[in-house]
Amino acid sequence: MVQKLDMLKETASQTAGPYVHIGLTPNWCGIGGVYPEDLGRVMVGPKAKGERIAVAGRVLDGSGTPLKDALIEIWQADAAGLHNSPLERRGVADPHFTGWGRQPTDGATGEFRFETIKPGRVPYKDGRLQAPHITFWIVARGINIGLHTRMYFADEEAANAECPVLARVEHKVRVPTLIAPRAEGGAGPVYTFDIRLQGEKETVFFDI
Amino acid sequence: MADRDTNAIRDMGSFYQRDRAWHPPAFTPQYKTSVLRSPQHALLSLEGTVSEMTGPRFGHGLLGPLDNDLIRNFAKDSEPIGQRIVVHGRVLDENARPVSGALLEFWQANAGGRYRHKKEAYLAPLDPNFGGCGRTVTDDDGRYWFRTIKPGAYPWPNGVNDWRPAHIHFSIFGHAFTQRLITQMYFEGDPMIWQCPIVSTIPDRAAVEQLIAALDRNNTLPMDALAYKFDIVLRGRRSTAFENRMEGN
Repeated sequence: MVQKLDMLKETASQTAGPYVHIGLTPNWCGIGGVYPEDLGRVMVGPKAKGERIAVAGRVLDGSGTPLKDALIEIWQADAAGLHNSPLERRGVADPHFTGWGRQPTDGATGEFRFETIKPGRVPYKDGRLQAPHITFWIVARGINIGLHTRMYFADEEAANAECPVLARVEHKVRVPTLIAPRAEGGAGPVYTFDIRLQGEKETVFFDI
Repeated sequence: MADRDTNAIRDMGSFYQRDRAWHPPAFTPQYKTSVLRSPQHALLSLEGTVSEMTGPRFGHGLLGPLDNDLIRNFAKDSEPIGQRIVVHGRVLDENARPVSGALLEFWQANAGGRYRHKKEAYLAPLDPNFGGCGRTVTDDDGRYWFRTIKPGAYPWPNGVNDWRPAHIHFSIFGHAFTQRLITQMYFEGDPMIWQCPIVSTIPDRAAVEQLIAALDRNNTLPMDALAYKFDIVLRGRRSTAFENRMEGN
């Protein structure tokens, strides 16, 4: 026998199930009057700095069918590359931008949409700059533990080419699964980010 | 202030590697929906960057007075039917330190096993006085509590006769986005836990047992509600202070 390490085990994950909206977006699923509004619905205040963008897409299963019961959370830096978090040590983030969003995929079409701003660059652990990106976390019925991935911006070619995280993707053919193309819509720029859970173009997911 | 400084330093370290053998794998064919929704490539290992080691914080100011009382937060003309219970516990990290200011959100079926959701097709009736959602934020010791009614078991389309044991869904925000977790709490003594295809996605029996709340007679609300204790453990992080500051670590 040896001494025990005084460590606890992380609580095991279980699927969010088909009714995750009851808990996380109750107003969206018709349970009104409990909370004034669903958390994470609005990320950008009127005075927020930076370029307003929309991020839209779908989560596709191994048959190519969009998930109509998924829930997505995003987390990102502000336009200056700072996070609105007490753990941000490099400066004070824009108080008019939360950096955190939560949206369900549409129950009919499977589409999600975030109204946000384009993030600035954030350093890697060795000080090199990462390319601008948005962290995604996806849960749904049939997903046993939340999936982490990142969305990068197709119009940031130079930054993407030197991003130390993208450089870690061994199979370069998979890098495009993380890069969202930009289109100029009537209401402003829209980046389309489809997340593929399986198949030939399976999105790169991270163990962070 | 000294304690705050220690916390600030402690918060700088990287997170321990997640024990993927302890969590359910993505592909678990007994839970049929996972078959087409499970990534097949290996996850790309990425030691957390500041993008994942930060996270949003939700203060107590967010909360309404009934947010942690599912018996009253949706009640219309009466209170919901069912066994009244209190669920309480602590949120800790893997270092057994309390996680203060953690946002907990919970959702559940009513006493008959029916969810208030338009895609729910079970024949058990809705309870007009039960919505099924609540939330709270942990205090300085990582403690939380809420009051609700005990959810019922229900059948679900997987096998032709699969049933979920009574459970409450939990969503937990720690301090960093990398700690984000969703799980389910089960109830002590329920034989259905060990017959459930979703529970059985977890390979290690000890990991399942950690999801089973204990009946806690000492924390009942007398003449009101039974109590269950459910502690939650989030990922912990290294202490970068270890090299130059031995005390308090």
